Amino acid sequence: MQFRFLIPITGLGLAMLAAPLVAQDAAKGNISISDPWTRETAASQTVGGGFMTIRNNGQSADRLLSIASSQAAEVQIHTMRVEAGVMKMRQVQGGIAIPAGKAVTLKPGATHIMFIGLKKPFKPGDMIPATLRFERAGSVKVRFAVQAIGTTSAAEAHHAGH
Amino acid sequence: MPDIEQPQPNGPAAVRKLLWVMAAIAALLGGLLYLGLEKSGAEKTAPVAGALPFGGPFELTRADGTALTDASLAGRPYAIFFGFTRCPDVCPTTLARLALLRKKLGADGHKFDIVFVSVDPERDRPNDIGAYADMFGTPIIAATGTDAQLARIRKGFGVYVKKVPIDAAKPDGDYTMDHTAGIFLMDGQGRLSSIIDYHEADATALDKLRMLVR
Repeated sequence: MQFRFLIPITGLGLAMLAAPLVAQDAAKGNISISDPWTRETAASQTVGGGFMTIRNNGQSADRLLSIASSQAAEVQIHTMRVEAGVMKMRQVQGGIAIPAGKAVTLKPGATHIMFIGLKKPFKPGDMIPATLRFERAGSVKVRFAVQAIGTTSAAEAHHAGH
Repeated sequence: MPDIEQPQPNGPAAVRKLLWVMAAIAALLGGLLYLGLEKSGAEKTAPVAGALPFGGPFELTRADGTALTDASLAGRPYAIFFGFTRCPDVCPTTLARLALLRKKLGADGHKFDIVFVSVDPERDRPNDIGAYADMFGTPIIAATGTDAQLARIRKGFGVYVKKVPIDAAKPDGDYTMDHTAGIFLMDGQGRLSSIIDYHEADATALDKLRMLVR
């Protein structure tokens, strides 16, 4: 178990040295997080969505159990669907499975995280710290880049950030 | 029929011709009679299906405190979307999409209004929705109303809204809202032109908007 972790960590360490790393990307154990982003919020908004891609580089399935942030009273995982023209959002219980060797993308219009009870409005350019807790990989610290409210995809967020 | 007393012309061909003429006159008279009945009946009952009332009449309050009604919107087409400012996903996505579609339409993009109605008056004050709508970088008319006013416009547009607690274990805690995610396109006469579905491709949505402002 411990030995298995060593190789990917070393690999990621080398990758970090070799390539210019996007500031907000994060990794721990077999889990790597790319493009964590969120949207700016209006003064009246007390919630905000959070999006990112979680990759499991290992050979064992992992699970995102929970998320916490100093900038929100609570952070939850939600699904979002538009069914028969009606938007429905529901809290996900028990976390999200991150299958071995696969990437799971949390994005607008699908499963995403929700910052609930914002301490203050999110402003473009702010970085929102959060800790993701995984069943196997443990805690991973990430920073969600706040993008303009009109941002609808990680690609746009990525462009805006450079 | 008085024609039947007329002396018969010579030959079977002539008889057949006369019968055809009589049949045509009878059909014409019958048709006129039917149309007359139809018209007088229509005046007393509902308009025909194509003109069934959709949308208005309604009255809401704009972000600046002034009234927004179906009458104040008349004369210019508009795209209307129902949501709430605490909606973290579909609402900003949809309003951002409308802003982008407007941009793609060039000059045509400014031939219609974008209207955002908050169906969450409990939490969205008029100035809240104004500040929210201003974030999208394009003019958006933001409005909300009393429960009764919102019930009326929701009925007019057939909009579904349901409050759902974010945490099922805390029914009185924070809530989200299931709501209709389509964009209704209304023409300058306040008639439904089309609906843009959440899942629809931008190319289709652009065609619908071009048709709206044509």
